[in-house]
Parts: sequence; C-alpha cells; structure tokens
Amino acid sequence: MILNIESDHARFKEILRGKVKQDLRKYITRGELIGRRGKELVSIPIPSIEIPRFRFDIRRQKGVGQGDGEIGTSLGPAEEDGHGKAGDAEGQHILEVEMTLDELAEMLGEELELPHVLPKGKMNITSEKEKYTGIRQSGPESLRHFKRTYRAALRRQIISGAYNFTTPLIIPVREDKRYRSWKSTHSPESNAIIIYIMDVSGSMGDEQKEIVRTEAFWIDTWLRHQYHGLESQYIIHDAVAHVVDEQDFYHTRESGGTMISSAYTLCNALIDRQFPPIDWNIYVFHFSDGDNWEGDDTAKCLKLLEEDLLPKCNLFCYGQVESVYGSGEFIEALHGRFTSDERLVTSEIENPDAIYDSIKKFLGKGK
Amino acid sequence: MDISADLAQIAEEIKGYARESGLDFFETIFEIVDYRQMNEIASLGGFPTRYPHWQFGMEYEYMQKSYTYGLHKIYEMVINNDPCYAYLFDGNHLVDQKLVIAHVFAHCDFFKNNLFFANTNRKMVDEMANHAARVTRYAERFGHDTVENFLDRCLSVDNLIDIHSLSIRRRPTERPSVLAEEQPFKPTPTRFESLKAYLDPFINPPEVLRAEQERQEQEARDQERHFPAKPEQDVLQFLIEHAPLANWQRDILSMVREEAYYFAPQAQTKIMNEGWATFWHSRIMTEKALTDAELIDFADHHSSTVHALPNQLNPYKLGVELFRDIEERWNRGQFGKEYDECEDLDARRRWDRQLGLGLAKIFEVRRIYNDINFIDAFLTPEFCRKHQLFVYAYNERNNEYEISDREFKSVKEQILTQLTNYGNPFIFVEEGNYQNRGELLLRHQHEGMDLRTDHARDVLENLSTIWTRPVHLSTVVDGKPKLLSFVEGGYQEKEL
Repeated sequence: MILNIESDHARFKEILRGKVKQDLRKYITRGELIGRRGKELVSIPIPSIEIPRFRFDIRRQKGVGQGDGEIGTSLGPAEEDGHGKAGDAEGQHILEVEMTLDELAEMLGEELELPHVLPKGKMNITSEKEKYTGIRQSGPESLRHFKRTYRAALRRQIISGAYNFTTPLIIPVREDKRYRSWKSTHSPESNAIIIYIMDVSGSMGDEQKEIVRTEAFWIDTWLRHQYHGLESQYIIHDAVAHVVDEQDFYHTRESGGTMISSAYTLCNALIDRQFPPIDWNIYVFHFSDGDNWEGDDTAKCLKLLEEDLLPKCNLFCYGQVESVYGSGEFIEALHGRFTSDERLVTSEIENPDAIYDSIKKFLGKGK
Repeated sequence: MDISADLAQIAEEIKGYARESGLDFFETIFEIVDYRQMNEIASLGGFPTRYPHWQFGMEYEYMQKSYTYGLHKIYEMVINNDPCYAYLFDGNHLVDQKLVIAHVFAHCDFFKNNLFFANTNRKMVDEMANHAARVTRYAERFGHDTVENFLDRCLSVDNLIDIHSLSIRRRPTERPSVLAEEQPFKPTPTRFESLKAYLDPFINPPEVLRAEQERQEQEARDQERHFPAKPEQDVLQFLIEHAPLANWQRDILSMVREEAYYFAPQAQTKIMNEGWATFWHSRIMTEKALTDAELIDFADHHSSTVHALPNQLNPYKLGVELFRDIEERWNRGQFGKEYDECEDLDARRRWDRQLGLGLAKIFEVRRIYNDINFIDAFLTPEFCRKHQLFVYAYNERNNEYEISDREFKSVKEQILTQLTNYGNPFIFVEEGNYQNRGELLLRHQHEGMDLRTDHARDVLENLSTIWTRPVHLSTVVDGKPKLLSFVEGGYQEKEL
C-alpha cells in the first residue's frame, strides 16, 4: 500500500539533499568519507531544519517537575546548547542524510560546475556496439529477415500441401516471419589512467598529507563517476620514487630529501611501459610542498615535463600544499616556464578549505 | 482498515459503559492501522489527508526512526470531528485495545462538550481534504516550488493568532456602509438621565460634556492615524485583509489560519483532555471492562501512561490526579468559604460533609474550563505537596538543572506562565503604516521571557515577503527594549 505521506517524505529528503549541496564545501573536507567506494551509502549529519516561528528562548529557563528531592538536587546536566531539558520543549533532532558516494560526486560536479571531461579520441571509455547475432520470431518489420521468412513459409506450405509448384506462390503468415536480433556489446574504446604522485619527504606533515589525501580522493571519485574502468597508479617520492598501492600512498611517511625529478622519471617510464599515450588518456596529479632539493633538479623536472610528460598527458596537475618547512619554490618555477600551456594546471592549497577551489581549478578545464 | 468483529463487539460493550458513566460523545468510528499508517496519520496531525508539505514528511521521518529504535509507540489517535475518527494500532494487545477504546470515548466526550471546542469545525476531516485539493490545484497551476515557498512563509506565522477570538467577537463583522464612512465622525458624550430639567446642568455639567467631547474627538483623530485602530492579535487575519496578496495566496493563508484555529483548543486543553481521558479509561477499566487475567497488563500500561517525570510535567498524570482530587473534594465538601477559612490542618484533612457532588463537579469542569483556569482554580497547596511538584532552574555554575523551589505559589506561577497563550508569545500588529511608509510594526508583549532571536529574524524575513515591505518587531532582549527589523538590506537590530 502506498501511503499519502510518501510524497511529502520524498520532498523532505530532496530538501535535505539540497542542504547537503549548500554546505558541500564543509562536507567534502571531512576525512572520514575517504576510503568509501561508489555505491556505498554514506550518512551525513546535518542540522535540523524547522519552520521558524516567534517562540520563547527556553534555554536556561525554569520549568516544573515532579518527584523526590531536596532543593538543590540536580536533575542532570543541561545539554550543550541548553535545549531539550526545560519544560515541554521539543527535543533537538539530528538529521542524517544517506546518499551514495556517486551522488555526492555528482553533486560536487554540479556545484563546482565541472564539465564532463572529454578524453582524447573516442567519447567514452567504453562504448556500446550492436551486432546482429541471431534470428527470432518477433520484431520490427524493418528488421524482417526476408530469406528466413521465405524459407519458413515455403516449408509450411510444403508440409501442409498448399504448395503448388506450377504456380509457386508463397504467402507468409505471421508464424513464418523471422527477424534479426542483436546483442549489445561493451567494448573498451579508449582508456584512462590517473597517476597520483605525492611528495612524502620529511617536510610533508600529517596535515599536508590529509589535504592531499582528501583532494586526491575527491578527484578520484569524480573521475570514476565519469568513467567506468578507470585505472589509477600511485607514486610516492622523496629523493627516490616508488610505485605503491593506494593504501601505502596515503599512509607512508618518509623522511628523506626531495627530488621531484625522480618521480617524474618514474612516471615517464611507467607511461612508456604500460600506458602508451596512443591508447591511453593520461592524467597526472602531483602534490608536493614545492620544496625541491636543489636548483639542478628543478631544471631537470622542467625539462622532463616539457619534453616527455606534457606531450603525453591530457592534463598535468600540480598542487602545492603549504608547509611550515620549505620554500615552496617549485610552483614559481613551473609558472615561469609554462605560463600559457593549457596542459599544465597548478594550484596552491593553503588549508583544507582551499581543497574545494583547487579541485575546481584542476578539473574545471574539462580536458 | 475496519476493526474486526471481535473488537467491534468490545468497542460496543465499552461504549455502553461509557454512556452509563455519563459520557456524551459523537458517533465514533474505529479503524485499525499498522505502525506505518499510524505514523503517517500522526505526522499529518491526525488526519488522513492534508495539503502536500515537506514538514509532514519530516515528522514522518522522525516517527519512523523513533519507532524503529523503539523510542515511541502510538496506541491510538483520535480526531475532533463529527463523527469522531479513532485509529487503533494493530500491534496493541487486547487489553490495550480495551483501554484505548475507553480512552478514546472520553476524548470524544471532551471534544464534544468542552466550551473551547465549541467553535471548531466538526467536519474538519472533509475541510482538510478540501484544503489539500485546493493547495494541490494551486501547485499545479502556479508551480510547486512557488506554492511550497509561500506555504513555508505562512506556516512560519501560524502561531500568531488570537486564541480567544473564536468565542469573543473583537470587532463588528459588518463593515460600516460607504455612506456612513463619508459622514464625518461626530462623537457624542454620554448624557446621564436627569429626572428634572433644572437638575440637568448639575448632572451633565456643560464643561464636562465639552471636555469629554474634545477627548473623544482627539481619540478618534488618533485612531484614524493608526491602522489598525487597535493592536490586532490575530496577525494572520490582518495579513489576509491587508497584505498585497494574489487570490491564491490569500486563500492559502486563510487555510493555514483556519487550521491553526482548529488545533488551538487542543493545545489549550492538553492537560485537561488527557487527564479526563485517563480518568475515564482507568475508571471504566477497573470498575467494569477488565477481566481478572488482564489486571497486570492493564496496570503496567496504565502506569507507563501516568509516570511522573523529574524534568517535565506529564499532562496525563497532572490532569488525572487533578480530576480525582476535584472529585474527592467535592464529594467531601472540601470547598467554599468555610473550608477555605479553616486553619486547622487536621480538621481540613478529615473534612467530610458527605456531599457527593464530585461527579457532577468534574463534568462541569470538563465543560467550562481550559488548562489555564483549570490549574488556576484547582491546583491547591495540598495537591502540590502530595504530588511533590517543584520548580527547577538552571544553575550556571555546574551547567545543570536543579530543583529550586517547592513553594506552592512558585509552582503554580510557573505552570501558568508555561500555559499562557498556549505557550506562545503575545504578538500584536501595532501599526500597518509604520513611519508612514507602509511598513509593518509588530509588538511582542514581553512578559519575562525573551524570544529566540535567530527564529525571530527568519520570521521577520518571511513576513517581509508576505507584506512586501519592511517588517519590524519591538521586543525586549536581555532587559533592553529593541527593535528587530527586516528591511530591504537585510536584518537589523537597534535599541529603542
């Protein structure tokens, strides 16, 4: 039985989603969502919505109760905001909205006005193909298989003795008709790979890692939402670079110096070995505090970028996290060299609040 | 769903007992519902059909959650309507069903006979369905979002009504004719009748008459400048009459107002209504309907209804105990001048004139009282002591609520304060043409408790969209008179 209330209830949920959307900036910087996957439900607590009315401020007000107790006997602590205890006040409700991560990513896309990313080559990572594979007895007339229909009619007429070879007139009836049938197949047309590179040198503190983690997570979620069959690779580096899995990427802490070129070299090798640019859409996100070891290395990085990485990638994003240590010069070097190159996007992320805008900057181009 | 034949038979039996006891109710139609339907009906304020609005969906969400976690269970719902509709929860045990059926008949008797319900619409189920149909039609015509937005605004002021105006005519319903308006108003002071003509200058001295005439003319001039002439507590009515609204908006506002007035008496008589129903279910069950085997279950259920709470008044408990107390006092004659003046506590306690007026008295009380004068008239120091009522207050030092007072006077005052204007602040329309700029000025009659300013701000904003001009509220915040305003630029506060 469908209740009348269902439509009101659905509307209410819609409003809650609207609330989440309003404060999305706040929710996406919360760390605990990280590690969830697409269809998983996440529940987001939001402040209760109510219709405002002129009413008394019952916080800290007197009330009447009943029972034992001397004057001065405590009835229990007041709640944080002072609500809920006094009189016949209605309790404060906490609302929770349940939604899937995909929905959140969708919302994020809408809020940030992220374009649907267009990979080079074909439109979609997977494309649907129709192939005529069989015959069936019903279908649209446009797909009628003449030969098979003729054969079926002929056979029927011969069996029933209605076939007269002096006047070979074949009249198909409905049972004789045969139609082509098809199967849809999904075949990968083009592939996408995201390579995340993170600086884990000693100057990257927990706070910086958290920022990187959150930002990488949302970028990953958004891109996964856009494409199915997306691949990810993770590279961490200090003075040397390693390819690691997702777990290690987020949790490793090294303490060495920083040689960004090591990561770029490894990244380049990885692309050449596994992801030839002809077949792959390549996205690279590099997060660092921008404190490179020495001038030589930065020059080497720029050369690598210019000659190898940028031509191979759809997009190369560099996010610089602010760190108490270190000079953060790398971003300026990049700016100096590639001011007008659209394949390179840089962004400075001073604090968790800047993640939102940084994502917009990275993905807003729609490459 | 209709109730089963067995249950119908039980309902019939209990109806007999209720009639024997003197209860007088509308025809009562019982239906049995599952928890989802019950939660639905409860979220819709007891009605099967209401206009579409998300607030009902929100209520439903809370109800469903809280039911799922076992935090509440609704045994019955009953609607003030003729015939009276009562919904019974299908998960009730048989003894619970008996109890709630008895409870329902008493509620129904209360709806029918209590004075404060006299002017409520007894065909409200139909009326609510009409409202639903009209709102839906407007939503389809003018857009769902537009209508929902407007409804949000209307609901935000739906407590700004004059609860007594159902029974008292505050102003003439007929408007003065056009002709009368054109003639200049000529006040005439009252002349006292003088039997002898020569006494007239002494009984009606000309200079007094002249002074009176001037005073009245001055008053008339003052009033002319004021609009409304007198502060208007029925803010909704004022808006309906004077706000620049489209017809559909005016209609929606009228519906919201009508529903607010329909629900107001229930808020005004919560303690009495629940007390009365509890009094009668308890009496009917224990004296007539209960079988021996059901006693324990009945006692269990009944006691969970009337348990006393340390930090809140349970209206069931307070109400039923007061009715019992009144019955006993009028049976024993513990009232009137002689009793009141008796200072010998022992004599008062043993006072018994064998009057047997108790039953008649409580029937009278259920007819002519509401919660406020019920508490005012029948809450006695003895009652207060016996039931251990106290006032609690917030202690800043340890962030806790503590028992602060057990004096009868304070307890009574506190309860009455909470019940005044059914727990809502007094808000009046003071001026509809404030500063001669068509702005709306409301006044909060401050009686010790401040308003929540965050809410007040939002309400003013909502009002300003209905009024389409700036809206102001004069109130007191932390002891200082303030004017809260919502003008085009946004919200402002200034000290007066």
